Amino acid sequence: MPTADPVVSAIAEKYRNNPTYVLQILRETQEALDWISPETVETVAAQLKIPRTRVQSVLQFYSFLYDKPRGRYRILFADNITDRMAGNIALFEHMLSRLKLKRGEVSSDGQVSVDLTSDTGMCDQGPAMLVNNRAIPRLTMRRIDEICALVKERVPLEEWPADYFRVEDNIRRRETLLTSIAPGVALDAAIARGRQGMLDEIKRSNVRGRGGAGFPMGTKWEGARNAPGAERYIVCNADEGEPGTFKDRVLLNSFSVRVLEGMAIAGYATGATKGFIYLRGEYKHLQAKLQREIDEMRASGRLGASIRGAPGFDFDIEIHMGAGGYICGEGTAMVESLEGKPGRPRVRPPSMVQVGYRGKPTVVDNVESLAHATEIAVEGGAHFAKRGTRFSTGTKLLSISGDCERPGVYEYQFGVTIGRVLEDCGAKAISAVQIGGASGVLLTPDDFSRRIAFEDVPTAGAFMVFGPDRDIFEVARNFAQFFAHESCGFCTPCRVGTTVQRNIMEKIAEGRGSRYEINELKRVVAFMQRTSHCGLGETAGNAVRDALSKFRPAFERRLRAKDFEPAIDLERALEPARRITGRDDAEAHLETES
Amino acid sequence: MAETTFTIDEMPIPFTPGQTILEAAKAAGIYIPHLCYHPELKAHGGCKMCTVLVNGRPQTACTQKAAAGQEVDVDTPELNAMRRTLVQMLFIEGNHFCPGCEKSGACQLQALGYEYEMLTPHFVELYPERKVDASHPDVLIEFNRCVLCELCVRASRDIDHKEVFGIAGRGRDAHLVVNSPTGKLGDSALAVTDRAVQVCPVGAIIVKRVGFAAAPIGERIYDKSPISAEVDVNESSEAR
Repeated sequence: MPTADPVVSAIAEKYRNNPTYVLQILRETQEALDWISPETVETVAAQLKIPRTRVQSVLQFYSFLYDKPRGRYRILFADNITDRMAGNIALFEHMLSRLKLKRGEVSSDGQVSVDLTSDTGMCDQGPAMLVNNRAIPRLTMRRIDEICALVKERVPLEEWPADYFRVEDNIRRRETLLTSIAPGVALDAAIARGRQGMLDEIKRSNVRGRGGAGFPMGTKWEGARNAPGAERYIVCNADEGEPGTFKDRVLLNSFSVRVLEGMAIAGYATGATKGFIYLRGEYKHLQAKLQREIDEMRASGRLGASIRGAPGFDFDIEIHMGAGGYICGEGTAMVESLEGKPGRPRVRPPSMVQVGYRGKPTVVDNVESLAHATEIAVEGGAHFAKRGTRFSTGTKLLSISGDCERPGVYEYQFGVTIGRVLEDCGAKAISAVQIGGASGVLLTPDDFSRRIAFEDVPTAGAFMVFGPDRDIFEVARNFAQFFAHESCGFCTPCRVGTTVQRNIMEKIAEGRGSRYEINELKRVVAFMQRTSHCGLGETAGNAVRDALSKFRPAFERRLRAKDFEPAIDLERALEPARRITGRDDAEAHLETES
Repeated sequence: MAETTFTIDEMPIPFTPGQTILEAAKAAGIYIPHLCYHPELKAHGGCKMCTVLVNGRPQTACTQKAAAGQEVDVDTPELNAMRRTLVQMLFIEGNHFCPGCEKSGACQLQALGYEYEMLTPHFVELYPERKVDASHPDVLIEFNRCVLCELCVRASRDIDHKEVFGIAGRGRDAHLVVNSPTGKLGDSALAVTDRAVQVCPVGAIIVKRVGFAAAPIGERIYDKSPISAEVDVNESSEAR
C-alpha cells in the first residue's frame, strides 16, 4: 500500500471513503495538488478500496482531470463557434506566444499550460477562458497581457482582480419565470395542494422537459412515484453543455430559489427525499453561492426534515460537480457520473424512473423545468397552460449569442417566431441561425416564420446567430470537432463515426476534398443517426447535414474539381525518401498540379 | 398461451419471458451477428453489430427483451450494409493485419468481415499508436487489435472475480487498462486459465507459445464454416 498522502486522505475522509464520490474526490485532490499522479491514483484506490482501474477510468474520462502535470495555472480557452467569431484563436495564439508555449505544453518552470476546451456557457460574453475551472469572460488582448503578467509573477488565482471573474446575467426579456419569488411561497403552495394534488397540477400544466427532448414532466414524476421501493431521487440537470446555451447559468445565479424549491417540490410530489444538482465543471463559480443558499434553506426549514412544518416532507440537496464532459448532460450518463463512474449512457430500458441512481427510481429534470414547478405550484396547472401553445405550454428561455446587438437570455412564450426573436435581439441581415446548439438545426431566412415550440422547432434554448459574412462551413467544422472530442466511446458508430466525420471535414478544409467527400459525409451522418447508442451520436451529424443541404457552396468552393482525391498527400509522402537519398531535384518530385 | 411468439423476418419465433431477442433467435437457430455479447456475461450493447429493427426501430438484440407480437427485421440488405460499415469502422480504428495475426481464421471480427462482404476497409485508416504488453509469462496483449468489446473486463470481474481489466479514456482515447501497480499485465493477478483470457473475440488477448499452431489454414474454425453457422453453440472461436 502506498504511503497515504495526508491531503488525499483528508479529502477522501470528508466523503467517508465512499467510492460513489470518487469523481468529487479526484476533483478536489486536483485543486490541492494540481494534477493526479499515479501515486495519487494508488492512494485513492487503496483508501476507497476499489481497483485502481476504476480510479483511472474516471480520471481519464473527464476533460478537466489531468493524469499528467499541466502546471499551477491550467488555462483553457473556450472554443465554441461563437468564441471563434469573437476572435478567441487570435487571443489564444497571442497568449501562447507571450508565454513562449505550444498548445497543451507545460512551461519549462512547470507553472502554466494553455489549451482549448469546448463551449463554457459564456457565449453571450465571450471570448472566455477557464483558469483552474474558474471562468473569465470578455477577454481582450489587453486582458490576456495582464493575465500573462500575473502568471509570470506567480500571483495566486485568489488574488487576481475580482472583476476578471464577473459573470453577467444579461437578461434581456422577461415573462413569468425570470421573476423573483419570495422564499417558501412555492413550497407552501405545494404543501397546500398535497402530494397528489401537486402532481395533478404538474400533469394539468402539460409542462414538458426543457432540456430539449420535451418529455412530459408529469408523466415522468408519476412514473417515479409509482415505481416500487421506498428510496427515490431527484436530479437537477445543470450540466448545460450544449454549445450556445447559458440560460441555466442565469437561473442558478439569480433565480436559485425557484430551482432549489422546484427540486423540493419534485421530491414532495414523487416521494423522493434526496436531490442532486449536477453542476457542470465550467460553472464552478456558482458552486459556493449555491451551497450557501442550500445551507440557508436548511437553517430556515425549507430543506431537511418536515419542510415548512409539513410532516413527512423531508428533502435535502447535494451539489455534485462535473469535470468536463458534454455526454454527462444525457440523463443516464449523468446518473452514472453521479455514481462515481465515467459518464457513459446506460442501456435502456429500464427507464430512469424505474432504475436510476443506485438502482432506485430517479427523476432527472432540467434546471429550467424544475424552476417551472414553482410557478405551477403557485398558480396551478391550468393557469400555467394558458401561456405558450397547446402542445408547448409555458415560457421558454433562449440563450442568444453570435451576430446580434444584444446577446443574452430572453424569455418568451412558446410559439414565438424566429423572426420576432431575431428582431428583438437586434440581429440584422442574417444568413442563418443554429437553434438547439451543435446537435440542433441550422435555419435560414426561409424558416424565420417558424415557431419555437416542440411541435415546430424544438430547442433546449441555444440560439446562435450568423451574419452574412460568416462561413457556415467553419460552423459545421467547429461542431464536427466538438463531437469528435465529446463522444464517450461506448458505441462503435459514434466513437469512430465522429472521428471519421471530423477527418473528412478537415480534409475539405485543407482544400483536398472532392465530390466523394461530400457524399461520404452524408453517408456517415445517416449511419451515426441510425445506429448510435444515444442522442449524442444520433445528432452528431446534424450540423454537417444542414450545412451541406443549405450552404453547399461553402463546401464546393473548397473542393477540387475531381471525383476523387486520395487521403494521403503523395508529394508529401515522398519526403522521407528524398531525405534518405539526399535528393531534391525535379525528378524526385511528383509533377505539381496545374 | 398463443401470445408467446414474435417474428423475425416474418417467421414466428417462440420465446420465454425475460429472454432477449438475441437469445430467443439463437435458441431458434437464427443467427444475429454480435461481437460484444457473450452468453455467460451481462449484455453490453456497445458494438452495435446485433442491431435489428424492432417494429421498425433500431435496437440492439442483445439488450432488447423479446415481446409477444414484436416484428423484428434481422437479415435485410439495409441492416447488413450497416453491419459491414460497423466492421469497417472497427478495422480502421485499430491496426488489424489479418495475415500476420495469430487469431486469423478464428477471429470473430475477421469472420464478420467475411460474413458481411467487406472487401476493403473503405474508410481512411486511423493507424493509432499502441504498444504491445508482453510482460506476462503466458499471455500477451496486442492492444492494436482491441475492439473495446469489454468481454475481458466483464469476465475478469464477474467470472474470475479479479477485476484485472478496465476501460479508461473517452471517445477515441478509450482503451483497455490493466489493474496492476505498473499497469503491466505481468504484475496483475491474471492467470492463463482465466475466463478473461478465453473470451477475447479477436487477437487482442492471446496465449503465448500457441500462436499459429492451433490449426493450419483450411482447418481453422471459420475456414470450415462461416460465423453465421454459430447459432446454438457457445462461441466456438474461444481459447485458440
